[in-house]
Amino acid sequence: MKLHEYQAKEVFARYGLPVQQGVVVDRPEQVARLDLRYPVVVKAQVLVGGRGKAGGVKLAQTPAEAETHARAILGMEIKGERVGRVLVVPAAEIGAEYYLAFVTDRAARCAVAVASAAGGVEIEAVARTTPEKIATVAIDPFLGCPPFLARALGRRLGIAGPMLEQFAGIGANLYRLYWTEDAELAEINPLAVVGSSFLCIDAKLVLDDNASYRHPHHLPSEELTALEREARASGLAYVELDGDIAVIGNGAGLVMSTLDLLAHFGGRAANFLDIGGGATAEGMRKALDIVQRKPGVRSIFINIFGGITRCDDVARGIVQDPPRVPASIRLTGTNEEEGQRILRAAGIAAGLDAEEAARAAVSLARSA
Amino acid sequence: MAVLVGRDTRLLVQGITGYQGMFHTDLMLQAGTRVVAGVTPGRGGSHVHGVPVFEAVDEAVRETGANASVIFVPARFARDAALEAVASRLDPVVIITEGMPVRDAIEVVTYAARQGVRVLGPNGPGVTTPGQCRVGIMPTHLFAPGRVGVVSRSGSLTYEIVAGLTRAGLGQSTAVGLGGDPVVGMSFVDALKLFNADPETHAIVLIGEIGGRAEEDAAEYIAAHVRKPVAAYIAGRTAPEGKRMGHAGAVISGTEGTAAHKIQALEAAGAPVATLVSGVPALLQERLRASRAPRAMPG
Repeated sequence: MKLHEYQAKEVFARYGLPVQQGVVVDRPEQVARLDLRYPVVVKAQVLVGGRGKAGGVKLAQTPAEAETHARAILGMEIKGERVGRVLVVPAAEIGAEYYLAFVTDRAARCAVAVASAAGGVEIEAVARTTPEKIATVAIDPFLGCPPFLARALGRRLGIAGPMLEQFAGIGANLYRLYWTEDAELAEINPLAVVGSSFLCIDAKLVLDDNASYRHPHHLPSEELTALEREARASGLAYVELDGDIAVIGNGAGLVMSTLDLLAHFGGRAANFLDIGGGATAEGMRKALDIVQRKPGVRSIFINIFGGITRCDDVARGIVQDPPRVPASIRLTGTNEEEGQRILRAAGIAAGLDAEEAARAAVSLARSA
Repeated sequence: MAVLVGRDTRLLVQGITGYQGMFHTDLMLQAGTRVVAGVTPGRGGSHVHGVPVFEAVDEAVRETGANASVIFVPARFARDAALEAVASRLDPVVIITEGMPVRDAIEVVTYAARQGVRVLGPNGPGVTTPGQCRVGIMPTHLFAPGRVGVVSRSGSLTYEIVAGLTRAGLGQSTAVGLGGDPVVGMSFVDALKLFNADPETHAIVLIGEIGGRAEEDAAEYIAAHVRKPVAAYIAGRTAPEGKRMGHAGAVISGTEGTAAHKIQALEAAGAPVATLVSGVPALLQERLRASRAPRAMPG
């Protein structure tokens, strides 16, 4: 789960990281009334990247100018995401800009500290063009990131003197945050020198959804749609996509390959929905209900390969509340005969071959 | 011979008294697996399907000679269960549990590496050597003993592709499920090393998906070390950037982790990638024929 900058900065402050929290507003007229030291920066709060380039970050010298910028930015769409809030913070006189992050490295199977003296730009771009400007160090989970490790990292960036001690403290605290809050990414970019201190100008935090039970104080994710949230609460993995063919399958890999199969035959999936291994009739019924509530669905493709999941359970879920839009069903594997019989008895056709069923789903969507 | 598990496996089931643990213990026993012990703290002294249940892993190992473990405990207890199995040096430790925090997985795989223990999962279907041993939840009836090693990040796709291989007369030596989480124990490369060294494995099927770069690492290893025929399948060709497709690890971040990149890497390494799931057996047969064909005589 991604957090907004202002939310991340609240967490950063709790870990003793130097941030200006600023004020968050959702209406432009609120801005002029704020008691702020000018100039200020008005920053769009969105979860997508690239807001600066999209015009979502503006400097303002006066309250009137700040309100004008806020009005322009609020309601703006950045990469398809509507801006609902802006963060207003005092502008800082920035010297050098660094990059510092802790990120879960899948290949290294641990956290990695990533630091660079080329902060303020996308780290991916630095990695592509000047990889030598990036210093990384793998973190032993049983050791963590004591100040000496952070200091070594800082020295590799050419930081020295009293600034090095500050940097080491920030490194140790940022790691403590990453680990304690179950983050996948805790990033400061830029970590700027302002006068004789470091300041986190931006803050990015991505949290591990699997660990949310350990953090009841974390806010619910804003990344999910209402249907996605409802599906998740029912134990279904549901992701909305752009097409018009609803997809239901069992197992994440199988559903991903089902989306690919539809595309292969010229169709476009409206969603990803995995009912999971060992799904029950009730799970299947709920899945059908969810996918049909997304507007614009013209056909449904149910692709079940029964392993742990039993075809008869799936069939019982389908006949409880039969599809309201044309459906193409592939039902094979464990207890296939019984599943097929249950569907036939309810007047619902189902095949055994995934490719035939995918082609049928595509033509149903076209003729609907 | 097979890899990871076989006739010598003496299996411990952690979480054996839970719904999933009980259900799959029965199926593992039916598949011929020697399930010698179970562990559920607080339930020691009872039996599940005739298997004795112990309070702790070290006690179960002492009493029964268990040498491998499969974990069915809920996500919030999986870290402790896995660390306990690793402390007793059970090998492999197979974590079926879905929804384990990544931080916990990092601790488990780090400790396991120090103890010299191999971990499969979390969030995987386990490992099956057809006709000998099933550790985990793979539906045994789809398998047939044979010479194809299968390694996969996806349970459901493994079943579908294994069923296709079996229909085509291509039995399997061992099927290894790596797990769908971002941080898992064994990687494709680890499994490829085992299959490459196993004289009973003559060909390999690799089933990958979007996210991370494990398939790219596998491609590098194949190009450098594997002379056995390899065929692959990659799920998620049409997945959008930034969305987690069911598996916590199946997510494209920026340009990293795309199916196109993985497919390109594997094909360049001499491991063709089937466009459709149904195409895998034929692709592997083609590779097997090519590798058996006598080389053209010079002159």
